[in-house]
Amino acid sequence: MKKIIFALITAFGLAAGAQASEGGIAWDKAPDRTNDLGSLQNGAKLFVNYCLNCHSASFMRFNRLKDIGLTEKEIKDNLLFTTEKVGDTMKAAIDPKQAKEWFGGNPPDLTVIARSRSGHGGTGADYLYTYLRTYYRDETKATGWNNLVFPSVAMPHVLWELQGTRTPVYEEKEEHGHKVAVFKGWQQLTPGTMTPLQYDQAIGDLVGYLQWMGEPAQNTRIRVGVWVLIFLLGLTFVAWRLNAAFWKDVK
Amino acid sequence: MAEFKEISPDAPLAAKAMNWVDNRFPASKLYKEHMSEYYAPKNFNFWYIFGSLAMLVLVIQIVTGIFLTMNYKPDAALAFGSVEYIMRDVPWGWLIRYMHSTGASAFFVVVYLHMFRGLLYGSYRKPRELVWIFGCAIFLCLMAEAFMGYLLPWGQMSYWGAQVIVNLFAAIPFIGPDLALLIRGDYVVGDATLNRFFAFHVIAVPLVLLGLVAAHIIALHEVGSNNPDGVEIKGPNAPKDAQGHPLDGIPFHPYYTVHDIFGVSVFLMIFSAIIFFAPEFGGYFLEYNNFIPADPLKTPAHIAPVWYFTPYYSMLRAITSEMIYALIVCVVGAAGFSVWKFRMPVLLKAAVVGAAVVGSALLLSIDAKFWGVVVMGGAVVILFFLPWLDLSPVKSIRYRPDWHKYLYGIFVINFLVLGYLGVQPPSPIGERVSQVGTLFYFGFFILMPWWSRVGTPKTPPDRPVFHGH
Repeated sequence: MKKIIFALITAFGLAAGAQASEGGIAWDKAPDRTNDLGSLQNGAKLFVNYCLNCHSASFMRFNRLKDIGLTEKEIKDNLLFTTEKVGDTMKAAIDPKQAKEWFGGNPPDLTVIARSRSGHGGTGADYLYTYLRTYYRDETKATGWNNLVFPSVAMPHVLWELQGTRTPVYEEKEEHGHKVAVFKGWQQLTPGTMTPLQYDQAIGDLVGYLQWMGEPAQNTRIRVGVWVLIFLLGLTFVAWRLNAAFWKDVK
Repeated sequence: MAEFKEISPDAPLAAKAMNWVDNRFPASKLYKEHMSEYYAPKNFNFWYIFGSLAMLVLVIQIVTGIFLTMNYKPDAALAFGSVEYIMRDVPWGWLIRYMHSTGASAFFVVVYLHMFRGLLYGSYRKPRELVWIFGCAIFLCLMAEAFMGYLLPWGQMSYWGAQVIVNLFAAIPFIGPDLALLIRGDYVVGDATLNRFFAFHVIAVPLVLLGLVAAHIIALHEVGSNNPDGVEIKGPNAPKDAQGHPLDGIPFHPYYTVHDIFGVSVFLMIFSAIIFFAPEFGGYFLEYNNFIPADPLKTPAHIAPVWYFTPYYSMLRAITSEMIYALIVCVVGAAGFSVWKFRMPVLLKAAVVGAAVVGSALLLSIDAKFWGVVVMGGAVVILFFLPWLDLSPVKSIRYRPDWHKYLYGIFVINFLVLGYLGVQPPSPIGERVSQVGTLFYFGFFILMPWWSRVGTPKTPPDRPVFHGH
C-alpha cells in the first residue's frame, strides 16, 4: 500500500514537472550570480543606467546596495541620478502620464520582477535572461522591435547599442503534416559595442542583480537556515533519546 | 465553592503560593485533568502527532501574525508595498512573513492528515461525535481564515482569487448579487473588501477559531482519546489499576509531552527547510503571480487558488451544464431505488418521487454555477455528518474488511487527483476526470451507511495492542 502511494506521488511530481512552458521559446538557464559581488555591482550599474529611467524599483532603497559591497559614498557618487537621499527608494524619473502615452502602459515596477516571472519554463531569472537576449528588429512594430519570449512587447530594445541589431533565422520543418518555422539561431545585422559573449555576460550580471533585488535577504536566509537546521538536528536527537528514556519501561 | 484548604505554616514558599492559588483558581486541578492525569492510550502511532502539530502551527500563525500586523497596512494603495517593506526593511521581517505564509500551508497539511487519522481509526464514532463536529467547524474557520488572509498581500492572485470566489456567491438565486455586494462592500473587490477581510482575518475568525479549539480539546478530554485499535480504554469493562486509572492508558504528561517534543522537532526541521530554502515552494505556497501588485484591469490568464483549496475548486469546476444531467440521473436513480427497495407508506413514496422531480427541476432551472457552489460547500459540510454515515460494526480500519482499505486508498488518490486538477488550467480530459472524482467523493460519503456494513470485519481485541519499546 505504502509503495503504491509513493509511486503515485512520484508520478505526480513527474507529471507536474513534465508539462513545461506554455508557448514561446524555451528559456535559457540564467547563471546564478547572486553571491558574486562584482557581478552584482556591475548589474546594479547597468540597472541604474538603463532600466531606472523608465522602470522604478519602488520597494528597493539605494542604501541597500551596501549589501553588495558598495559604500554609501560610491552609491551617492555613481548611482544616484533621480534622487538625493541614499535612503530613498529607486523611483524612475519618467512621468507616468507620458509613459502611458509612449508605451501604451506604465512600465512595471522591477523590484520583485524576477520572483513574479517564474513559471513552468524555469525561474524568473531564466525568463529575464532569455527575454533580454532575444530582442530583434521588426519594422512592423511601432517601436521597431520585437521579442521572442514576449511577442509584441511594448518596451523597445533599450540595450541595442550594446548588442547591435539582430534578426532570428527560422528553418521550415515538416511536423505532423504541417509546415512549421523552427527557430534556428540569430543573424547579426549590425554589430554592437559588445561582442555576443560580452553581452551575455552583462545580461547575466543584470539578471543576477534583478534576482538579488527581488529578495535581498535570500542568501542570508540560506546561511541562517543551515544553522537553524543544524540546531534542530541536535534538538531532534535529544528529543528522540528523551522520548526513548521515558518510554523505556512502559509495558 | 470548593473546600478551603489550609496548609502548614512550615511548608515551602512555593507550596504555600500554589495553595493560595488553588483555593481561588483550579490551577492544579486543571493541570491534573488535562496533563498529568489525563490518560491517553499507550498505543498511539505517528498519526497522532498531527493534533499537537496543528496546535503548534496555530500558535506560530498567531504570534507571527501579531508581528506582521505591526507593519502591514490594510489599504489597497499601500498593502503590497507594506508587505515588501516587511520583506526588506523590517529586521527579520522576511523570516516572520515566510513563517506565516509557510505556516498557512503547513496548517492545512497537518489538519488534512489529522482528519484522515480520524477517518482511519473511526475517531468520530460514538461518543466522539462532538469532537469531530468541533473539528469540522475548525476546518471551516480555517478555510475562511486562509481565504481572507490570502487577499491581504494584494497581489494579482490575491485580488483575482478573491474576485472569483466572491463572485461565486452572486450565483445564489435571488439574494446572490446583494450578498456578493455585502461581502465585498463594493461592486468589485477593492479597498473596502481589503479592510473588512483584514478585520475578519486578524480578529473575528481567530477568536472563533480559538473558541472552537478549546471546545475541541475539552470535548476530547471529556470522552478520552480513541486509538488505532478503536478499543475504549476507559469503558466500564476496561481493565484499571489500583488507583482506578486505565491500564492501557498513560498520563499525557510526561509520556506524550516528550513524544510530542520529538514530533515537533522533526516537524520543525521540515518546516524550517521550507522557510529557509524554498519559501515559495515552487509557486505552491507563494504563487509567482502574487508578486505582481493587484491590477483590477488585468485579468491573469490562469487563476488558481492555493493548493489546499484546489480539490474543492476542482469539484466546483466539475459542475458544468453537462454534469447537471449526471446529477439528475443520480437524484432520480436514488429516489427510484428507495421507492423500489424500501418499505414505506405510499404517501412517503409519493413524497420521495415528488422531491426527486422538484430537485431535478431545480437542477435544470438554476445556473450550473450555483450548483457548483453547492457542491463545493457540500463537500465540506458532508464531513460534519460522518459520525452518522459510518455504520461499520468496528471503528478502526485495522479490523475492517480488506476492501475497505483499498476504498480508503482510492478516496485519498481521488482527493489528490482533484487537488492536482484544480491547479491546472481547465482541459476537456481534466474536466471529465474531475466529474468522475466529484461523484466518487460524494458517493463515498452518501453511500457510506450501506457500504460500511458490507463484508465481514475482523474481531477487534479486548484491549489495545501495545508492545513496549
